[in-house]
Amino acid sequence: MTSVPSKLYSDDVSLVVVLLDTNPFFWTASSSLPFSQFLSHVMAFVNSILLLNQLNQVVVIASGYNTCDYIYDSSSDASQLGLENGKMPSLYSNLLQKLEDFMIKDEKLGKEQSQRAIKSSLLSGSMSMALCYIQRVFRSGPFHPQPRILCLQGSPDGPEQYVAVMNAIFSAQRSMVPIDSCYVGAHNSAFLQQASYITGGVYVKPQHLDGLFQYLTTVFATDLHSRSFIQLPRPAGVDFRASCFCHKTTIDMGYICSVCLSIFCNHHKKCSTCGSVFGQAQSDTSSASDLKRKAPET
Amino acid sequence: MASGQVSKRVKFKSSVKDPGTPGRLFLTLERLMFKPNSPNSATKLNMEFRFVKNHKYTKEGSNKAPMLNLTSSQGVSYIFEFESYDDLHVCKECVGKALSKTGETPKPIDTSEVPSEQPSTEELLLRMNMLRENGELQKLHMRFVSDGILTEAEFWATRKKLLGGNFSKKSKQRTGLKSFVLSDTKPSTDGRTNKVTFTLTPEIVREVFAEKPAVHQAYLNLVPRKMSERDFWSKYCRAEYLHHAKNANAGAAAAAEAAEDEELALFLKPDDILASETRRKIRCVDPTLDMEADEGDDYTHLPDHGIVRDGSKEITESQHEHYRRTLSQELNRHAAVVLQGTPIDEEQLKDTQTVAEALKLSKQGENASNEETDMNTNQDRLSRISKMIEIDDLQASSDLPLAPLSIKDPRDYFDSQQATALKNSRDTSIGNDPVKRILSTEESYASLRDSISHVKTTGLINPIITPEAAVKVLSVLTHNISSTKYDIGKNHGLSFLDTLPNTSKEELLYHWTSLQELLRHYWSSYPITTAYLYTKVSRLKDAMSKIDSQLQELKESVQSDLRHQVTLLVRPMQQAIEAAMQHHDAELQKRSARSGERSNGYT
Repeated sequence: MTSVPSKLYSDDVSLVVVLLDTNPFFWTASSSLPFSQFLSHVMAFVNSILLLNQLNQVVVIASGYNTCDYIYDSSSDASQLGLENGKMPSLYSNLLQKLEDFMIKDEKLGKEQSQRAIKSSLLSGSMSMALCYIQRVFRSGPFHPQPRILCLQGSPDGPEQYVAVMNAIFSAQRSMVPIDSCYVGAHNSAFLQQASYITGGVYVKPQHLDGLFQYLTTVFATDLHSRSFIQLPRPAGVDFRASCFCHKTTIDMGYICSVCLSIFCNHHKKCSTCGSVFGQAQSDTSSASDLKRKAPET
Repeated sequence: MASGQVSKRVKFKSSVKDPGTPGRLFLTLERLMFKPNSPNSATKLNMEFRFVKNHKYTKEGSNKAPMLNLTSSQGVSYIFEFESYDDLHVCKECVGKALSKTGETPKPIDTSEVPSEQPSTEELLLRMNMLRENGELQKLHMRFVSDGILTEAEFWATRKKLLGGNFSKKSKQRTGLKSFVLSDTKPSTDGRTNKVTFTLTPEIVREVFAEKPAVHQAYLNLVPRKMSERDFWSKYCRAEYLHHAKNANAGAAAAAEAAEDEELALFLKPDDILASETRRKIRCVDPTLDMEADEGDDYTHLPDHGIVRDGSKEITESQHEHYRRTLSQELNRHAAVVLQGTPIDEEQLKDTQTVAEALKLSKQGENASNEETDMNTNQDRLSRISKMIEIDDLQASSDLPLAPLSIKDPRDYFDSQQATALKNSRDTSIGNDPVKRILSTEESYASLRDSISHVKTTGLINPIITPEAAVKVLSVLTHNISSTKYDIGKNHGLSFLDTLPNTSKEELLYHWTSLQELLRHYWSSYPITTAYLYTKVSRLKDAMSKIDSQLQELKESVQSDLRHQVTLLVRPMQQAIEAAMQHHDAELQKRSARSGERSNGYT
């Protein structure tokens, strides 16, 4: 970490950790937004954040299909040096080089692993890496930039990551790190919606993907301090309703297993998840308790 | 008359037409008595005036006989015919006085269900304050109490909590020891001379005895045989003073003084009785717990944990540690005494001698039982040690009857859910570009790498964003933001009430609070067991129906565009009123039915 005179750190200095979705299965399937265009928009956005404040810091983490890694850190010296070939600044060439290396690594790892049913990217891994980085910044001293996480995600949610992602969300909430999310996939991401809702970040699902850069700069470029003065898009409502385990339908009211908290839309005799046997219905239990109450008197 | 008793010759009648029983009427301020002349007559009367509700008498000059008619609260009338109007006048006066006197103490027997304990002046003051501070409460009070719908007592009965628990708490709870530490009885110096004055009260003495059994023992042994009480306490105070002396070598000074004076040493040395008691207590502690082994782990080995006491930190001295007491020791001892409570009554706190005796008595019982148990505890301790040493982890697993959980892999759930979502997405975006979807893993990685190298060679697309796209995004975003803001504002910040004109809004809120108050009283008076509750309920019912009609008026008075919303607001109130009315009617019917049954049963 570069040592900067502490008084320079005012409340509008940001550390933005960008989680970049590099899932090849999503990007090759995505027709509306080619990956090259997406990269252009994101890199331009990263550059504009660095231009907003001299002390601003950006870290880019790629979340691939099999692994995730840091591909850019504006504070490290290595990222400053690079080949300037006149076509693009060192920032971009460095980032792209690292990204390419990452893709090769990701592909190699993939050969040893089995395929998942849903081609999701490793959101939980990159979130945890981001939080680790932020924790290190927190411990670097009393003066540090205000951190936030920006998820640029397109792949569908990976259900097997549910617990890990939720844990990451809660630890972000605990360390007061907002998770902003910009979801470029087809359907809303429940993970990211909840992440942003719980941590007080912003969730945006752009309707016009060719204007992604405009979305990014308008919504996600403002530092945390200025956010208190700005009207940012708010979700009309996050769907927190649960789905029942038996028919996977979304329900308002249902039965919950008292042992494992599985949710059912109608009464079962036995929990299908943990096998607990439930008691009788209401009327039966009341009569049973009546019997019990009477017993000692006689 | 001077004795307050009047005795007149009268005829006692149960009705006007009754010929009457001749006898004598005795009147005092409290009661009236009638004794018939013939001893075998059954018509005797002896009743208290507080049962008399009403009295009537015939006017002088009318051609009727001079008669006095007393009506009891049960509605029975007692008629006395006097021999002359003069007698009537005397009795009339007497009865009037007696009645006015009983009227002052408003406790007629059959209205005793009324919760009319006369509130204390403190409570009255508190009530007045409450009313002054709480405008809403004042409004309610004005409306209901002043109009006689609720009595003062009823109104406050539901708000006992507001008035604070102080009144109910004043009960039999015994006052415990004060929790300030004994060492706070600081000496006072007068500044000019070197004289130091300690002030001891019996209360302080009690605490001294309780916290320092050695002093207590010494007192019992020495006073008054070996030394006077005064000498004893001055010695004690001297010892205390030495302990408190702020110079660094206080311990040394104490040691020196102790060497000179045998009795003084008593106070300065650590308390033997306490020490033995501590040992006994330690024996009860879990035998596997070893505080000494842990000593290095934390700061407890630091004396007094650096707490400032008497304005200065205590400094340890290893040399004379024997004579030093640490703050933690004293605090612990004090806490123990406070928790133990005081076995001595306040009456015994007269002088030090009685305090000492009383404490001794209370302790004797304790000690006797302690010694007895000491033997047992040693045995106990040994057996406990052997039990505790069995470490659970090393034991063979005891086979508890546990049902094994069959927990499904949660992935099944999420996978299947996601699959349905994916299916939906495929359904909607079908035919977009099916060619791309069949790409293999290698191909997709390759195509991604291609696009990266494409960016590398050609640079960022130029321009990154077309102005048209930017404008479109901005307008969509701002529209989105303003619409959600409007929606959210409408849902949360602004309620319909705020859009109402102020007067009707206030009226609505006022009706709401008063209805709540009435309903609370109404439902709390069920089941109706006394006539008093019956009248209360009918009073409340009337008041509620009044509010009902007022609500109706209010509903009709508002503008037509607001009427629907107002109706929605008013509906729950009206429903509550309706429910109350229905209950009232049903209860009435049940009552009449029951009474009908009963009369049938009797005939």
